[in-house]
Amino acid sequence: MNRVGISAVSALLLMTASFSALADWGLNVPKGVTSVSHQVHDLHMTIFYICVVIAVIVFGVMLYSIVYHRKSRGAKASNFHESTTVEIIWTLIPLLILVGMAVPATSTLIDMYDHSDAELDVQITGYQWKWRYTYVNEQVDFFSNLSTTQEQIENQQEKGENYLLEVDNPLVLPVGTKVRFLLTAEDVIHSWWVPDLAVKKDTIPGFINEAWTKIEEPGIYRGQCTELCGAGHGYMPVVVKAVPKEEFDSWITEQSKLQAAAREVRDMSFDELMAQGEAVYKTYCAACHKVDGSGMPPVFPALKDSAIALGDITKHIDIVVNGKKGTAMAAFGGQLSVSDIASVVTYERNAWGNSKGDFATPKQIKAFKDNNK
Amino acid sequence: MSEHAADHHHGPDKGFLRWVYTTNHKDIGTMYLLLALAALLVGGVMAFVIRAELFEPGLQLVDPNFFNQMTTMHGLIMVFGAIMPAFVGLANWLVPMMIGAPDMALPRINNWSFWLLPFAFGMLFSTLFMEGGAPNFGWTFYAPLSTDYAPPSVTFFIFSVHIMGISSIMGAVNVIVTIFNMRAPGMTFMKMPLFVWTWLITAFLLIAVMPVLAGVVTMMLMDIHFGTSFFNAAGGGDPVMFQHVFWFFGHPEVYIMILPAFGVVSHIISTFSRKPLFGYTSMVWATASIAILSFIVWAHHMFTVGLPLVGELFFMYSTMLIAVPTGVKVFNWVTTMFKGSMTFETPMLFAIAFVVLFTIGGLSGLMLAIAPADFQYHDTYFVVAHFHYVLVPGALFSILAAVYFWLPKWCGRMYDEALGKWHFWMSFVAVNITFFPMHFIGLAGMPRRIPDYALQFADFNAIVSVGAFLFGFSQLIFVYNLWKTVILRKGEAATQEVWEDAEGLEWTVPSPAPYHTFAEPPQVK
Repeated sequence: MNRVGISAVSALLLMTASFSALADWGLNVPKGVTSVSHQVHDLHMTIFYICVVIAVIVFGVMLYSIVYHRKSRGAKASNFHESTTVEIIWTLIPLLILVGMAVPATSTLIDMYDHSDAELDVQITGYQWKWRYTYVNEQVDFFSNLSTTQEQIENQQEKGENYLLEVDNPLVLPVGTKVRFLLTAEDVIHSWWVPDLAVKKDTIPGFINEAWTKIEEPGIYRGQCTELCGAGHGYMPVVVKAVPKEEFDSWITEQSKLQAAAREVRDMSFDELMAQGEAVYKTYCAACHKVDGSGMPPVFPALKDSAIALGDITKHIDIVVNGKKGTAMAAFGGQLSVSDIASVVTYERNAWGNSKGDFATPKQIKAFKDNNK
Repeated sequence: MSEHAADHHHGPDKGFLRWVYTTNHKDIGTMYLLLALAALLVGGVMAFVIRAELFEPGLQLVDPNFFNQMTTMHGLIMVFGAIMPAFVGLANWLVPMMIGAPDMALPRINNWSFWLLPFAFGMLFSTLFMEGGAPNFGWTFYAPLSTDYAPPSVTFFIFSVHIMGISSIMGAVNVIVTIFNMRAPGMTFMKMPLFVWTWLITAFLLIAVMPVLAGVVTMMLMDIHFGTSFFNAAGGGDPVMFQHVFWFFGHPEVYIMILPAFGVVSHIISTFSRKPLFGYTSMVWATASIAILSFIVWAHHMFTVGLPLVGELFFMYSTMLIAVPTGVKVFNWVTTMFKGSMTFETPMLFAIAFVVLFTIGGLSGLMLAIAPADFQYHDTYFVVAHFHYVLVPGALFSILAAVYFWLPKWCGRMYDEALGKWHFWMSFVAVNITFFPMHFIGLAGMPRRIPDYALQFADFNAIVSVGAFLFGFSQLIFVYNLWKTVILRKGEAATQEVWEDAEGLEWTVPSPAPYHTFAEPPQVK
């Protein structure tokens, strides 16, 4: 074997070896924890190796020519410039490789599209910029927000291990159960992706997409929104917590009870409202209006000293409940409970030097929403 | 020759108005190329902002909204301002000289096609200073993010796209009419240089898809200002429809940016291998096949929108098919080099790098075609790596190669070869430092278009940013080399042939090419 051949083969070996090493460092598509994700990983590796082989052959011939057929070595140019046979050969061989590749890809795809016989339905709704998970038959429904602090993002605090990939409420799923996802969005298009499940599906306003998974191992699997959805696109991670079936059953029963209790309208003290309001504000409002209420004018107005927060409380409630059309201000009436809205309005009127002194009550919000219908 | 005809053989007017009024294909070609260079530098500065912000995790320099404006404007300016006008500039300079025509067939339209562009880009650029900021919805401007949720400047973006589209369509009509009607006697279609062939096919693609782009932005305009609901589900519209229409334009657009590159590279590889191009006929057919296939693969950009299974399969198979004619082209270039007598001047270096790095981009494209695997790649940095490999060391390298190759013919001076080689090697190393690690961070799960990222992506992002800065600054060597050659006129005088045994009519006229060439058509044997 000549020098070029040897170097080509060793390059191939080196690339292969380094690639499997990279996989260990988490720099390759993960094998994942479902049968589909395993199939996808295998397809990925197969097509990758095919590409490597093609590249080595093509670049090998090129390198050989560059080394040996150079004028400075006295190479004389041949004059051949056509061969139908050769053209046919290098049309047919790639075609055959592609057919060979299409077969397993097709069967994996058919598997991925088989949404039948699901044991659990979860609706996933994309919002700017958070996910909402609704367990369709269980009366359990919650939002999942980024839990990384604004201070970490702005480099005022050390970044945690799961920086930008952590949420307040993960999607809890049972292992060994076929779960069907029904995906949609409330505002713009988002895309729900968990690499370990090999599930990536766009959530589109007005559409319901389907996807499914059957997780084999308990664990925490992280992903992100993968469709540009505005300023907070980088800040809506997906966290799936897969637990054994029994644990899931007790979790969902407990959640169902808690949520029923939370839906009741009760009286709250000013301090209670302020405390809850601060938490709600940090989760839902601070990404645009900032922790200190200074906003990012002109797109995201300041709430500190603002006409809304210091003006008529009904207008303030209206804008929180119904949003402001034509702007990024979403309608939170359908997303937050009445106590959450009452507390966040109260908080905004009395925080960061705003000292309006008045407050909204959950009953007031409920009455407002009832009138609004 | 009559006195009247001789009157028309004057040189160019003097001063600024020469450039405003000119109908000369060489002047217009130069202006297109300069516009492209300016856009390349502006788009490059935006890439600097993006890479500076992504140098380490956390937000350091810009807020996320401005970051999105930068990714959007970077894409739009590079696609519509740098790559496309650069190829139109090359077509203007080269198509008439290659087919033995005195000028483009429609010289006044040619003038207008060019002069629309500075206004289109002026309008697009001005959005950066508007209240609410520039377009921030990505260069693919998916509705409803680009309609109901867009900043007010979107309207200026729409008009800017309209104007660019008019310019492109007129330019394409001009290329087609010129090639069909103005070839020198004896220049049959199958004797046309490949650059002419690839541009002819590109021009048909442009005419087919630019109106589609105009249609889609007009529907956006209607949704935004006139209460229609083309893309608003709440009003009975369909946001997915936007993507179908956009990509029906968008995928052929990708080939609009690469087919002329195929032509350029074919010329250069054959010249410096001192060997005729291998498989001329199959090159022509492969180019035509790629162009036709480009109309039936658009939804591979949309594998995750929830297409029905059969649709998914159709677009997967048709996309995989594109690998066949593309492979033929690569094999032909390699075979052209095989048993040649190669030298490695700057244009050849860029052309060889084109073949290698474009092939890497093509192979990652093949991986992306496999729909189930694409669910893991889609909208990650793997895709960013893929299309930058086809567009930067692909389209851009071919343009740089073309400039080095034909510059002596254009200005009559040889460029500085040592600087050219520095430019090449710096660019070659930097482009790989920039874009190769993106494959890994994409596979590991980093989505594209995010201003901040999880900690495991930090090391590679830092490397990518260093590479990007190196690449950006390397282009200044090119700018200096151009300055030195064209303005300072340093460098030895170029011969008529410029390169040893170069084939083609453009090498039969003096260097620099006179203001008017081929007033008398040459005979092609």
